[in-house]
Amino acid sequence: MNSLIEMFSYDFMIRALVVGVLISLSAALIGTPLVLKKNSMLGDGLSHVAFGAFALALVLNLAPLWVAIPVVILASFFVLKIDSNAKIHGDSAIALMSASALAIGTFIVSLAGVNIDINSYLFGSILSVGNSDLILASILLVTIISIFAVFHNKIFALTFDEKFARAIGINTKLYNAIFAILCSVLIVLGMRLVGALLISSLIIFPTLSAQSIFKSFKNVTIASALLSVINFVAGLIVSYALGTPTGATVVIVNLFVLVFLKIANRVIR
Amino acid sequence: MSLISLKKVKIGYGNTAIIDGLSFDIQDKDFICVVGPNGSGKTTLIRGILELLPLMSGKIQFNINRNQIGYMPQETTVDPNFPASVFEIVLSGALNKNPFFYSKETKERALKTLRLLGIEKLEKRCFAELSGGQRQKVLLARALMATDKVLILDEPSNNLDKKSKTELYEIVQKLNAEQGITIVMITHDLDHGNLIGTKILSLHDKDYFFGTTEEYVRKVHHE
Repeated sequence: MNSLIEMFSYDFMIRALVVGVLISLSAALIGTPLVLKKNSMLGDGLSHVAFGAFALALVLNLAPLWVAIPVVILASFFVLKIDSNAKIHGDSAIALMSASALAIGTFIVSLAGVNIDINSYLFGSILSVGNSDLILASILLVTIISIFAVFHNKIFALTFDEKFARAIGINTKLYNAIFAILCSVLIVLGMRLVGALLISSLIIFPTLSAQSIFKSFKNVTIASALLSVINFVAGLIVSYALGTPTGATVVIVNLFVLVFLKIANRVIR
Repeated sequence: MSLISLKKVKIGYGNTAIIDGLSFDIQDKDFICVVGPNGSGKTTLIRGILELLPLMSGKIQFNINRNQIGYMPQETTVDPNFPASVFEIVLSGALNKNPFFYSKETKERALKTLRLLGIEKLEKRCFAELSGGQRQKVLLARALMATDKVLILDEPSNNLDKKSKTELYEIVQKLNAEQGITIVMITHDLDHGNLIGTKILSLHDKDYFFGTTEEYVRKVHHE
């Protein structure tokens, strides 16, 4: 208990907690429709594009977020477009884009001779979140969560049966675009703050866990959001206690909870 | 009164026209059965009317609002793990009238629709766990939430056993007769002697026929 109090007496821990909770919450919300639409890997692919964009911004000496957000939004439109034309299938499009962006990013960085810690992009450095990052991230994440709340019925309809939604006169293109933008902003922020690895697992794990307990979209959405936040806080505390990297620890807690729920579900049935 | 009027429409995929030069009118309170062999363009036609496919040429004139059309697809292939309750799915039919949140009236109407189709007990069940017949009724309920005017059904009896089939047709007939809902329905079952509906559109061999059911029977007997 004392060490818990000690842990949160550090400002950087409080910042990590706030940013982490907001990111976990929005990642779980965005993740539910992504996973159910079988687009789980979109998060992974886009985070690599974000890496490429960050590298580019670094070399060109531009503000990283303002380069990465538009580039990733473009990339997400590109993937969704390819998906509907079905010339290159969704998963290969994502793999293609993700590998290319990662390669280009690394290439640019080494050519320019900039010293950049690739590790921190992959595994994140949530403990080094500064005050300005905290404010910007909070504003953007609260916006994502509010927009999601307003459009959640539309998002359900698009996830369950897009053709029907279009047939009854819903502007599905508009809502798909809104969703792609939310997703892109989240991934850029998440990638910057908690790393590519953690953000893509925060998108996938909580929904899979929630799906093994609940059978309605609303319950799965709420449960995945709660699980995501709880898992993050638990992971943060464990990583502090054991001195392990936060990102990796949170992923392991999520994995543990998923496996536990799957087994429990089997046993109960 | 003509609700939807098709004039020389050409619909298809890429450069291949599947429906070519078809004209007909959907009148208020019509019950039109669309018949024809596989590949004759029944589903393509419906996708054209619903603007899921662009017209290659011709014109469709709507004398009703776009959000007064309900649609029931051929059985939606759902992932057996997709978490969606019956109530959530039925409510989603009313999205064209509830831009953000569902109103209290919408929720009451959804319950009424479930009762009308005799599936009120399924309200909280997971869609993926239902039988084929139950699923079709849920999708019909969803379509009814979108409209009280025009209902477009794409082979609603596909993959159903005889009992569920008869039951479903009875419901559709009742909707037309008692609530005055205009029905356009693709069906395979016309040949089996159980003629339903008031008009028939046959897409056989691009030799389009559109007329009353009696006229169709006379024509088929002559051939």
